[in-house]
Amino acid sequence: MAVAETGAPAQRPADGRASLLSRLVGAQTPFQTKRAVWGYVYAAPWILGLIIFWGGPILASFYFGFTEYAVIGSPRFTGLSNYIRAFSGDELFWPSLGRTFTFAGMYIPFAVGGALILAVLLNQKLFGTTVFRTLFFVPHLIPAVALAVLWTFLLAPRVGPVNEFLRTIGISDPPGWLASRDSALASVTMINVWAAMGGNTMLIFLAGLQGVPQELYDAASIDGGGAWAKFRHVTLPMLTPTIFFNVVLAVIGALKVFTTAWVATQGGPSYATWFFALHIYFQAFQYFRLGYGSALAWVLAAVLMFFTWVQVRYSRRWVHYEGG
Amino acid sequence: MAQGTLTQDTQLHRAPVSPQRVMQPIVRALTYATVFALCVLFGFPLFWTAMSSLKTIPEMFAFPPILVPAAPQWANYWTVLNIDYPVGRWFINSVLIVVLTSFGTLITASLVAYSFARFEYRGRDILFMITLSTMMLPAQVTLIPQFVLFYKLGWVNTHLPLWVPHWFGGGAFAIFLMRQFFLTLPRDLDEAALIDGAGYFRIFWSILMPLCKPVLATLAIITIIASWSDFLGPLIYLNTPEKFTVSVGLQFFNAVPEVGGEPMQHLLMAACVMSMVPIILMFFFGQRFFVQGIVMSGIKG
Repeated sequence: MAVAETGAPAQRPADGRASLLSRLVGAQTPFQTKRAVWGYVYAAPWILGLIIFWGGPILASFYFGFTEYAVIGSPRFTGLSNYIRAFSGDELFWPSLGRTFTFAGMYIPFAVGGALILAVLLNQKLFGTTVFRTLFFVPHLIPAVALAVLWTFLLAPRVGPVNEFLRTIGISDPPGWLASRDSALASVTMINVWAAMGGNTMLIFLAGLQGVPQELYDAASIDGGGAWAKFRHVTLPMLTPTIFFNVVLAVIGALKVFTTAWVATQGGPSYATWFFALHIYFQAFQYFRLGYGSALAWVLAAVLMFFTWVQVRYSRRWVHYEGG
Repeated sequence: MAQGTLTQDTQLHRAPVSPQRVMQPIVRALTYATVFALCVLFGFPLFWTAMSSLKTIPEMFAFPPILVPAAPQWANYWTVLNIDYPVGRWFINSVLIVVLTSFGTLITASLVAYSFARFEYRGRDILFMITLSTMMLPAQVTLIPQFVLFYKLGWVNTHLPLWVPHWFGGGAFAIFLMRQFFLTLPRDLDEAALIDGAGYFRIFWSILMPLCKPVLATLAIITIIASWSDFLGPLIYLNTPEKFTVSVGLQFFNAVPEVGGEPMQHLLMAACVMSMVPIILMFFFGQRFFVQGIVMSGIKG
């Protein structure tokens, strides 16, 4: 590379107008133009990736949503019929959507609230914090399939250790957990909460807690605030941006719940854990209704975008940004 | 260790007022008790799984359940590799896919992030916004057309759909994480090297990348965890047991846990433990980087 090029302004064409290429890449001098071109070169893998694995598929999926398509052959345009069928002709559609919301409604408070409690506990400068933090995190590392398999055994109604424990403490008729229609949904939620509580959510909270200035706690002490008052009036308000971040991530995660339910219960018993993502999977990849599956995927995307929008929209009411 | 950064003294209970002085040891004891209870809550299922993997079949289904096997069956771990299911093959497949995925993500995400962080060109900021917005879209939307694409390419029942896409920038999160890190490196480094006659790739490779080691380690750990436990991808693309990864293999094993009518649940537990151990060990040795990375993406996100 020529060193002289770094003295950029001198290289500018005399008439003050940049070359076509320069204007195309948003640069003024030959040096900037060259730099911009290299910028595109380094971004090229992702630009290609965006087109091949995002842009193209998004357009295709949107189109498939209005067609009947079974991989073999070509898509046949059927207008709105997939959406009409979803909303009025598919008896599993509304129940699976509702079930996913029920799951989210139980999962989010426990996973995010639990993670916050764990983080506050670990932030007390206890002896052996690193060991505790690692142990809390391990469930998050278990591959989802292994997680579902091991909990199936733990929650086995007769020979599982959980029910044995319940019987020992005097509960003579413990629940059937994953094997029973009434408790399967709660069981799947519990497994997911167990795995998520000590994971990334907790680490993000720990980081957030580090950012709360000590002066605020000192000031609260001078005012005679106890531990609870400090938590309620210092920690919690200062942590609202972190809570917001974690809740947004938890909503996205919860609406996509798939693997644990698929492995532990296959959506059963009698559809008790038939979540929306399972419904999409079955329609698209078991019955090969790719058109209908695409329409369902767009419904999920719309739901997700709606909830994210709502959260961003109403976050101003409760999220407190320091200096903002 | 990262412990230092995460356990700063908040001195929550050190107030001059006397009632709190009295309360402090009690609160502290309660805190320890809670943490120990939580350790049991998180540790017991893991302990129980490890013990189950060392049981015999009658011990697996004993009533009332047995916690610790009479004689640990270490042979289970050898036997599981020699049953009719190609369990060993699943591990080899998973390792291959994880390695290819991680290299692809690390190399291409760094290049793209370098472009986002250090170059000015038309459309860069829009491109970055689009990149971030892909994180909001559920995978299900792109899954079906991607399946059609790979089907037309004849890649179904091969490992290609599982790792090739990761060589195209490694995804929004990887790019975002790397970009944030590049932005913390002083630009003077680049300028000095440029004046000394280094090219852009040389600056990237010889000056910036060595400084990125901590964030690369973070990204490697995150990618390895995600790729190792990925289930939906292999479930859709792989049909024959020889091609399976550990995740789909385990699910296959779990659905039919007997070979020739003989129950194999103890071996299934051994396979489960084998699927967890490598990832837990990796986390154990790499957690310093990992925690930093999560903290960084969380705070700046």
